[in-house]
Amino acid sequence: MATHAGLAHHFDDIEQQREAGTLGMWAFLVTEVMFFGGLFLAYILYRSKYPTEFAVASNSLNVTMGFINTLVLICSSLTMALAVYFSQIGNRRLITVFLLLTMVLGTTFLVVKGFEYHEKYVEHHVPVRFPTYEFKWEPHGSDHAGAHEASSLAVDTGRVEMFFWLYFAMTGVHALHMIIGLGILTTLVIMTRRGRFTPEYHSPVELSGLYWHFVDIVWIFLFPLLYLIGAHLHR
Amino acid sequence: METAAEVVPPRTHYVNAKYGVKSWLLTTDHKRIALLYLASVTFFFFVGGFFAVLIRLELLTPQGDLVQAETYNRLFTMHGVVMIFFFLIPAIPAVLGNFLVPLMVGAKDLAFPRINLLSWYIYTLGATFTVIAILLGGVDTGWTFYTPYSSTYSNGNVILTGLGVFIVGFSSILTGLNFIVTIHTMRAPGLTWFRLPLFIWSHYATSLIMILGTPVIAVTILLLALERLAHIGIFDPALGGDPVLFQHLFWFYSHPAVYIMVLPAMGVISELVANMTRKNIFGYKFVAFASIAIAVFGFLVWGHHMFVSTQSVYAGMVFSILSYAVAIPSAVKVFNWTATLYKGSISYNTPMLYAFGFIGFFIIGGMTGLFLAALGVDIHVHDTYFVVAHFHYIMVGGTIMGYLGGLHYWWPKISGRMYPEGWARFAALVIFVGFNLTFFPQFLLGYMGMPRRYYAYPEEFQVLNVMSSAGASILGIGYLIPMIYLIWSMRYGPHASANPWGAFGLEWRTSSPPPTQNFEKTPVVTWEAYEFHPREEREALGVMDVLDRTLRPDLNVGDRG
Repeated sequence: MATHAGLAHHFDDIEQQREAGTLGMWAFLVTEVMFFGGLFLAYILYRSKYPTEFAVASNSLNVTMGFINTLVLICSSLTMALAVYFSQIGNRRLITVFLLLTMVLGTTFLVVKGFEYHEKYVEHHVPVRFPTYEFKWEPHGSDHAGAHEASSLAVDTGRVEMFFWLYFAMTGVHALHMIIGLGILTTLVIMTRRGRFTPEYHSPVELSGLYWHFVDIVWIFLFPLLYLIGAHLHR
Repeated sequence: METAAEVVPPRTHYVNAKYGVKSWLLTTDHKRIALLYLASVTFFFFVGGFFAVLIRLELLTPQGDLVQAETYNRLFTMHGVVMIFFFLIPAIPAVLGNFLVPLMVGAKDLAFPRINLLSWYIYTLGATFTVIAILLGGVDTGWTFYTPYSSTYSNGNVILTGLGVFIVGFSSILTGLNFIVTIHTMRAPGLTWFRLPLFIWSHYATSLIMILGTPVIAVTILLLALERLAHIGIFDPALGGDPVLFQHLFWFYSHPAVYIMVLPAMGVISELVANMTRKNIFGYKFVAFASIAIAVFGFLVWGHHMFVSTQSVYAGMVFSILSYAVAIPSAVKVFNWTATLYKGSISYNTPMLYAFGFIGFFIIGGMTGLFLAALGVDIHVHDTYFVVAHFHYIMVGGTIMGYLGGLHYWWPKISGRMYPEGWARFAALVIFVGFNLTFFPQFLLGYMGMPRRYYAYPEEFQVLNVMSSAGASILGIGYLIPMIYLIWSMRYGPHASANPWGAFGLEWRTSSPPPTQNFEKTPVVTWEAYEFHPREEREALGVMDVLDRTLRPDLNVGDRG
């Protein structure tokens, strides 16, 4: 068997190395599922315990921005899948193009998320207590349809705050994964430029693709959980 | 003086392949990383032991004379945190497992050598945070970090300690990931799953728990730290949060973590029992699947820590029954080890003494675990010294006995030298006596109602507490002796042959210490696990004198006069 430049010293052949890498990434994703699982458990528990507050707080999120971000991420999954495809057939130029496109979309997501966080900051919906900044909850004005009914419900501010706490914890950890993903993609672009990938050896692209899709899927769960469930109640 | 047969010509092995600090700190060789871990966990074992000494000193008298309540709270917390997260969890997997898993599966290294090194650095980083927390005065929440005390009221360094535990968890995840991938993809030709040593099976089960459980404690501690930082949160009942959620999340990891500690020790004991009785283990497949069963059931029993924490009584019943179910695979192991002894050719050398100790302690620790899993009895002994004695029988009597037994058994492979058998047997005996004297009185104390985590107690408990403290000092000496002679033997011990025990397993088919690439040639396995055929095997291995050495371990050191 011809030895390959990408083959590490302790593997017998490139096939064994690919298998090890793939299994390793899947096992890592399992740990990620368990990691996010703790947050989802907390969310589900309190969502069922305090449905009113969670629905009201959820309605104050910017669904449009969340929806745009969902589209952006789905598109980025497509471009990532295409990058993997072109790494399999060994088209270096198109690998680079699609990796860069994925990075652009990932950055777009983070920028939109940044605007959303800023909006929450301005509205005093960031659940922290500093001398200069405090969480405040006031029912929305007339710009939100149905705000009147929402405000007429007895709402416990502490529980609303808990929703925002979970919102920032979950989307924050997700955004951190996006940032790590962008770092990985940057490395991949450099490696591609140096001609490290061939049809026989492209598992870094493939495995990073798995990671990227996983981060997307987490958002696919976060979006309805945080933004959509209960939206019909007060609209 | 060494006889001609014993003289080993100078050859390159993993220890002398390269020199210099850099060659150790930047190594990707799993054997060197195992030694880095060995040094680290030994350090933390003595740090944790230091706190234990202070605890036992304080409990010598009923009043608080050495320390007062607040300091005492910090002592037992730091003892627990250091011992559990920085010694017991990494001890066997990261030291013996790291060294042996690639050797036992006939691979050149773990699947991800750089990630392996990274895991040690992550461990060191987490350890640094925890040491800083200790130096700044420690933490007083108990190792369980129960909310709302830890999130709201404690004035200890909860965040710093939590950060240490959070970080060290990732080193555990990476180790588990590496083992799973290595065992799946890097077995030598012919080494099928049912030809694997049971050490590998138990490490596989351990790794499953590591990758499935550890992320949950990570996110739990993250939530706790953020909550403490922002004074807001989901565990704080004042804001509608649920402190019991913290307990659920915490024990979802921390109960399986008990199996992270004891399963690798069970793997060690399986190796010792099979090789020191020179028989295939009785019911190999049952022992192998018992490891997996313990890992699976281990995830379904966390609620037995919460029988008195407002958990529904029906949930309590289910958790109680499931906890009893864990006893089945555990008992399968004990029965099969015992059955293996029957008509075996048993060598009563140091590793085997530790194996006997393990089996006895594990029976006592396991049976008292059933008391605690019973809903009614648990209410009586909950949070008493009965619980303390129970889990020390599993963790100290189980894990540390397995760790020391394994360390002695593989010491010739790790260091290339034999340890002094006489001293080693003496130390094993001291540890056995000291251990029982320390922890057995605690069962009685707990049953009579002495609660855990108190610095003072009524006078009628003093006799048993003095016994316990006396035992602890014997135990402490027992742990120091191996520390001294093992270090001594690294330089002065007689050279070990490739297979000083005449044992089965791929790790014994390469030189001691092994070369950096482990095997000169990738081995091809054509035999079953522990397939002992006394005469043919000895001939095939060319170790005709091995059996005599095993029966008369004193001959191993006899050449030195």
